[in-house]
Amino acid sequence: MLRFIGRRLLVAGPTLLVVITLAFFMMRAAPGGPFDSERRLPPAVEQNLKARYGLDRPLPEQYLAYLGGVVRGDFGPSLKYPDKTVADILKQNAPVSLKLGLASMILALAVGVSLGVLAALRRNGILDVGAMGLAILGVCVPTFVTAPLLILLFGSTLQWLPNGGWNGGALPNMILPVIVLALPQAAILSRLTRAGMIEALGAGHVRTARARGLPEAAVVLRHALRPALTPLVSYLGPAAAGLLTGSLVVEKIFNLPGLGKFFVISALQRDYTVVMGMIVVYAVLVLLLNLLGDLMLAVVDPRVRLS
Amino acid sequence: MTDLATHPTPAARGRSLTDDAFARLRANRAATLSLGVLVLLTLFALFGPLLSPWPYDQVNKDHVWVPPLTDGHLLGTDALGRDLLARLAMGLRVSLAIGLVATLVSLVIGVAWGATAGYIGGAVDEAMMRIVDVLYALPFIFFVILLMVAFGSNILLIFVAIGAVEWLTMSRIVRGQTLSLRQKEFIEAARAAGLGRMAIVARHIIPNLLGPVAVYVTLTIPAVILAESFLSFLGLGVQPPLASLGTLISAGAQDMEMAWWLLVFPALAMAATLAAFNFIGDGLRDALDPKDR
Repeated sequence: MLRFIGRRLLVAGPTLLVVITLAFFMMRAAPGGPFDSERRLPPAVEQNLKARYGLDRPLPEQYLAYLGGVVRGDFGPSLKYPDKTVADILKQNAPVSLKLGLASMILALAVGVSLGVLAALRRNGILDVGAMGLAILGVCVPTFVTAPLLILLFGSTLQWLPNGGWNGGALPNMILPVIVLALPQAAILSRLTRAGMIEALGAGHVRTARARGLPEAAVVLRHALRPALTPLVSYLGPAAAGLLTGSLVVEKIFNLPGLGKFFVISALQRDYTVVMGMIVVYAVLVLLLNLLGDLMLAVVDPRVRLS
Repeated sequence: MTDLATHPTPAARGRSLTDDAFARLRANRAATLSLGVLVLLTLFALFGPLLSPWPYDQVNKDHVWVPPLTDGHLLGTDALGRDLLARLAMGLRVSLAIGLVATLVSLVIGVAWGATAGYIGGAVDEAMMRIVDVLYALPFIFFVILLMVAFGSNILLIFVAIGAVEWLTMSRIVRGQTLSLRQKEFIEAARAAGLGRMAIVARHIIPNLLGPVAVYVTLTIPAVILAESFLSFLGLGVQPPLASLGTLISAGAQDMEMAWWLLVFPALAMAATLAAFNFIGDGLRDALDPKDR
């Protein structure tokens, strides 16, 4: 098991390095700089600003200095908000995105798995048709369509829920963004669960469990569900990546102060250090979740560890 | 079982595996219907502008937010008085084109990479697939956004950026298939006949990969269309006055309380396109691999 984790972590190191390197040089290749504004700064002032942040040094030198900083856990100061460090900004925005992502993941899993199981148990029944309808809807109607429609219905028309804003993460403000973010994932999860359950229900050990006279609930929950969940566990990594991507749009539509909303703005403003910090955080998150998915897979299906 | 009894298979005429697959595809109602929808959507994208007397980018300040079926605007007009029908056809054309071209890019890179790694095997395979592993773990949408921010959003860059993201899964699928094909007797025979490595890859491996690749291609096109509209929604994709389904939906979402049609029609076109490609992809997979059903 330890070797398994070790091997996965070995891939993580180079990946992070590639992420940082690509992002660093792409950001610097972009025309314009963090100190451009409507009113051009006097050249002397701009020169001083650049010197202060070390932007006047040769690019390779800056790159190595940045890498050194990241290794020590120092992401540097923000270039656009002189009184804040990147760490301050991350601390301020990351909890919003994390709370949103976690709530969506839980909702997607709860809805996806239960719908998938029920659909498999009552094949071609109303629930099955409904579940597959949801699966198609989740795939074909993107978040930037569901979000405005839900806002129009529950926000503007019925006025049950706020149209947007975070309000410290109050429940009414969370409901719509979480639903919108969870829907595509719930759709995929329900499809995976249904397929896995149908296969598991036809397997020999389930027939044996039935023949032994076990109650139906025990057969389904204890014997069929476990093998059916294996493909689901390996989907956790991609699902997390999907949630991160979705949060870019959802945070923009609902005007939530999370990482996603801030990322695009910072990139457009050429706030180099903030963009880099966010990319590193995202990359670490995706890598960790992939690792977690692999570990859970190894727990659910011990054969995986050997291969 | 009753099926077999009532519909005896016609004897005598031989049937190839491809015939079988096509028969199964035709029997799949969702897939055939989707194929029809896709043809209609393509025709609309190509010839839709002829249905409207206005060009897609003609601004008319006196005809702002005209509802559908009024003053000759079948689908109404937008906040600048531009005809939605013409814009929708244009947007669909751009989205389909991006879907096709970016998928083609990913297809070429993915098949070449995967087939080479799988066929050569050994240390080369190991190294090539580790590179894919590393790239796979990148939060790619962020790099695409950086690319758009860095070099400005022109359509060519969108093709390349999205295509460069999507080839990874393709290369994995192709490699897996190649590994199993390599063991087959007809490859052995080709090698015994003195064919070179590259010739075997080009003449024997790649043609046999067509099935799984075709399935993945039909599923990649909607993913690409979705990715592009995602960028457009963030303001980083296709730039005005050109439109894609993403920019139309984005604009429609802003004005939806005044003009519902600006959101509803582009969203419907988007949903129909994505659904059609997904059903055809699923249908193809079932047709080519009946044991998966």
